Amino acid sequence: MSQAAVAEKPTAAAGAARPNAWRLFSANRLATAGLITLGSIAVLVLIAPVLPLPSPDVTEPAKRLLLPLSEGHLLGTDQLGRDTLSRLLHGTRTSIAVGLSATLVAAVIGSLIGLVAGYAGGCSDTLLMRGIDMLMAFPYILLALAIVAALGPGLMNALLAIAVVNIPFFARNIRGVTVGLAHREFVDAARMSGKSDLLILLTEVLPNVLPVIVITMATTVGWMILETAGLSFLGLGAQPPQADLGSMLGEGRRQLITAPHVSIIPGLMIFVLVMSINLMGDGVRDVLDPRLKSGALGRPSARTDVTKNRAIAPSVSATPTATLSVEGLETEFHVGAEVYRAVGGVDIALEAEECLGLVGESGSGKSVTAMSLLGLVPSPPGRIVAGRVVYREEDLFDVSYGRLRQLRGGTFACVFQDPLSTLHPLFTVGAQIVEAIRAHQPVSYREAHSKAVALLQQVRIPSAEQRMKAYPHELSGGMRQRICIAMALANDPEILIADEPTTALDVTVQAQMLKLLNRLRKDRQSAVLFITHDFGVVSEICDRVAVMYAGRIVEMGPTDAVLAEPAHPYTRKLIDCVPVLGEPERRLDAIPGLPPVVNRLPEGCAFAERCAQARPECRKHDIALDSFGEQRSVRCLFPLGGVNQGAAS
Amino acid sequence: MGLYIFRRLLAAVPVLFGLTVIVFLIMAMIPGDPATAILGAFATPENVAKLNRELGLDRSLLEQYLIWIGNLLQGDFGRSYTLNRPVIDEVLERFGATLVLAGASMLLCSLFGLLGGIVSAVRQFGWADKAITLAVLIGLSMPSFWLGLLLILAFAVKWKLLPASGMFAIYGGGDLPDLLAHLILPAVTLAVVATGVIARLTRTAMLEVLRQDYIRTARAKGLDERRVIYRHAFKVALVSVIPVLGVQAGFVLGGAVYIETVFQWPGIGGMLVKAISTRDLLLVQGGVLVVAASYVLINLLADVVQHLLDPRLKT
Repeated sequence: MSQAAVAEKPTAAAGAARPNAWRLFSANRLATAGLITLGSIAVLVLIAPVLPLPSPDVTEPAKRLLLPLSEGHLLGTDQLGRDTLSRLLHGTRTSIAVGLSATLVAAVIGSLIGLVAGYAGGCSDTLLMRGIDMLMAFPYILLALAIVAALGPGLMNALLAIAVVNIPFFARNIRGVTVGLAHREFVDAARMSGKSDLLILLTEVLPNVLPVIVITMATTVGWMILETAGLSFLGLGAQPPQADLGSMLGEGRRQLITAPHVSIIPGLMIFVLVMSINLMGDGVRDVLDPRLKSGALGRPSARTDVTKNRAIAPSVSATPTATLSVEGLETEFHVGAEVYRAVGGVDIALEAEECLGLVGESGSGKSVTAMSLLGLVPSPPGRIVAGRVVYREEDLFDVSYGRLRQLRGGTFACVFQDPLSTLHPLFTVGAQIVEAIRAHQPVSYREAHSKAVALLQQVRIPSAEQRMKAYPHELSGGMRQRICIAMALANDPEILIADEPTTALDVTVQAQMLKLLNRLRKDRQSAVLFITHDFGVVSEICDRVAVMYAGRIVEMGPTDAVLAEPAHPYTRKLIDCVPVLGEPERRLDAIPGLPPVVNRLPEGCAFAERCAQARPECRKHDIALDSFGEQRSVRCLFPLGGVNQGAAS
Repeated sequence: MGLYIFRRLLAAVPVLFGLTVIVFLIMAMIPGDPATAILGAFATPENVAKLNRELGLDRSLLEQYLIWIGNLLQGDFGRSYTLNRPVIDEVLERFGATLVLAGASMLLCSLFGLLGGIVSAVRQFGWADKAITLAVLIGLSMPSFWLGLLLILAFAVKWKLLPASGMFAIYGGGDLPDLLAHLILPAVTLAVVATGVIARLTRTAMLEVLRQDYIRTARAKGLDERRVIYRHAFKVALVSVIPVLGVQAGFVLGGAVYIETVFQWPGIGGMLVKAISTRDLLLVQGGVLVVAASYVLINLLADVVQHLLDPRLKT
C-alpha cells in the first residue's frame, strides 16, 4: 500500500458526514471574523448619511489638520478642514461600490468568454483564449494604466481599467470548468433533446460553473478594491471633490510628516476592508471547493509518532534466535474522531537469512506492519500505539533519531512497490545510489560512484556506466525496480524489507525480479521480509509465510506446509484463487464479500462474515493465535484438517 | 537545450506582436481627435487637418499600425512633447532604475517567499506555520503604497535611519552604499505582496511533495531530514514554483508604479503616472511596451530555468 492510499481514507470518512455549507463556514473562525468586520463596515457606511456627522465636503480652513479625538471631529480633519470620519465613511462607500462594480463587470464578461470558449471549443476557443493570453502577457497593473491613459483619469475609467485586467482570471477559470462539463452525459442528453446551445449554456452549464464564478469573485474582489484605490492614490481614479479611500490617501500624503493621520487612517481602512474580504473569500472557497483548502494536505513527519508508555505485551512467539522480532505491534490511523486500527497486535520473528512472506489482501495491514518497523508510516495520521520491534536488544521505537537513520538504509533496506514513484524524478539514478552509499559509508564521491556501477552490474543492468546518468523516467519499469534493488543493497543490509516489489511489473519481469532477489539474498545472506498478496510469489521465494487479515496474523508456518495444507479457511481461499502468476485483480474477487473496515471490527473472528465454516462460537470472543502442529500456528477455532480447538478448550 | 531556447524565443515573437496590437488599439480608442488635443481647442481646421496628415491619422487603422510598427522596429518610438526628447531615450534611462528596484524586490521575495513556504510546510500547524500564514494574509491585504508611507514615517522621519526618497543622495551620493540605503525601503515595500504569494504557493507545493513516495524512499535510505527537505523535496517544489516567480515579476514591475511614486524613485512607473496626467501618450505607449516586452522575456527565462531543472520536460 502506498502512502497515497493510506491518506485516502480520511476523504472517504469526511464525505460521509458533511455538515451544511453555513456550518462549515462558521466553523472557520477567521472567515467568521472577516464576515463580522465586513458587516460592521457595511452597516456604518450605509447609515453614514443619517449619522450626526459634518458633511464630507464642507471645508473649514480654521480647523485644518486637527488631530484625531479633537472636539467634534473624532478622527480629526484634513488639509482643508474637512471631517476625516465623515470623509472616511463616504470614501469607503465609494471604494466598495467601485470594487464591487469592477468585480461584477469582470465576472460577467470574463465568465461569458470562458463559457463560450469552453463550450464551443475548436477555433473560437483557440481565438478567445489567445486573446486572453495576450492580456495576461502584460504586467498586471500596467495594462490598467494604459487604459486609463487612453480614456483619461476618472473613477469610472479606473473601474473599467481594473475590470478589464481582471477578465482573464475569470475567463480562464470558467473555461477550465466548462470544458470539463461540455461533454458530460447530461449536456449531451440536453443537446439530443433539441435544446438550443444558448439554452443549454444557461440552464445546464451555468448552474454548474456558478460555484467557480463565486469563488473567483470572492477571491478577487479584495484585490480589485485595492487596485482601484491604488489608481486613485496615483491621482488617476477619483477626481476632487469626489473621494474614495485611495484618493484620500493620495492627497493626505502631502501632509505625511506634519499630519500623518490624514493619510494613515484611510490606508488603515483599506487594509481592514481588504483583509476582512480576503478572510471571507478564503472561507467561501473552502466551503465551495474543499479540495483547494490550504490545510487539507497532511505532512508526514520524518518518523512515525509512537505513543509514550505504550503497552508492550510479552511475546508468546518470541524466539531467542531471531534477528528481528516484532512483538505486539499495533498501528492506528487517527482521522478526525475515527480510529482505523490498521495493525491490531502482530508478532513476527525473522530469523537470520530467512525469507518470511507476509501475505494478505489490500487493507489487511501487511504494508503498514512493514512500514511501522522503521517508522515510515506517514504520521499524521499514523501512530504506533503498542508493541516493540527488537533488533539486537534495541527497541527500534525507542532508539534516537540519529540511530534510526543509521539503521534505515544501513542495516535495514527497503524496496517498494512502484519504482516510478519511489525514485526521485529529478536526480539521475546514479546520483541516488551514490547518495545512499555516502549516507552510510565514509567514502569519496569517486569511490561511491564505482561502487554504484558495480551494484548496477550485480542487478544485471547492461552498460551500467551509461545508465548511471539516466533519469528514472527514461528507464523501463523492470530497469527501475532493478535500480531500487541495487540502491537497497548499497550498504549490504542485514534485513531487506520488500513491499510488493513485483506487483507493479509485467508478469515476465516479475519472474526475473524474483529470481534476482532470491539469488542476491542468498549471496549476501540477508534476511527478507517479503510483503505480497500473491501466493504464487510466496511459493517462489519464501521460506515461511505469515497470512494477515484485518490487521492480525491468522496463520503462520513453513511455506510448503501451509501451501500443501492450509489450516485457516482464509488461507485456503487465498491459495485457491491463485491460478497463474500475475493477474492480481481476479484472484481477490474469488473470495466473496470484502474485508472488514478496520475502524469497526466485528467481535470475535474478523473473517467469520466471509467464512463458509463459521459457527456462532466464532463471533463470540477474541480468538488466540494457537500453535498448530510443529512450527505452525493458526487463529481459528475450527482449523481445516486439524483438531477441533473449540471443543478442546 | 539550445534548440528549446530557440523555439521558445520564436514562440515569444507572436506574443510581442500581440502586445503591440493591444497597445495600438488602446491608444486608438482615445476619445476625441488627437490633433485637436495636441493643438488645443482654438486650432484652425486647416492646421488640424495638416497635423492629422503628418501624424498619418487620415489613413486606415491597418496602415497606421503598419507605419507605427515599422517605426518601432527601427527604434523610433516618437518624441515626447512634454520632455521634448525621443521617447526611447527617456524610457531606457528610466527603465534602468526600475530594473534595479524590481530586481532587488524579486531577490527579496524569492528568498523570503521560498524560505517562508518551506518553514511553513515543514512546521505545518506549528506556531511558525501559523505566524507565517498570518503574516502572508496581512501582507496580501495591505495596500503597498500605504505600507510605503508607514515605513517612511518609521525609518526616515522618526528614527532617521534611511532616506525617504530618491535613488541617490543629492549631495555627495552616487556610490553603492548610497544606492543600497535608498533601495532598502522601496524594495522591501514592493516585495511584500509577492513574498506572500510565493510563500503561500511554496507551502502548498512542499506539502504536496512531502507526501510523495520518493520522499519516503529518501527517508528509508537513512538520509538526514534536512537533506530530505532542502534537497529532495525542495527541488521538486521549486520546479512548480518557478512559473509563479515569473508571474510575480509582472506584479513587481506593475507595483513599481505605486512604489516609485511613493519613494520618488526615478523609474519608469513614476514617469508613466506623470505622462498620463500630462497626456503625453507617446511616452505612455513607449513605457508600457518596453515594460511589457521585458515581462515576456522574464517569463521566457522562467520557462527555460524550469526546463533546466526538470529532465522530464525534455522531449
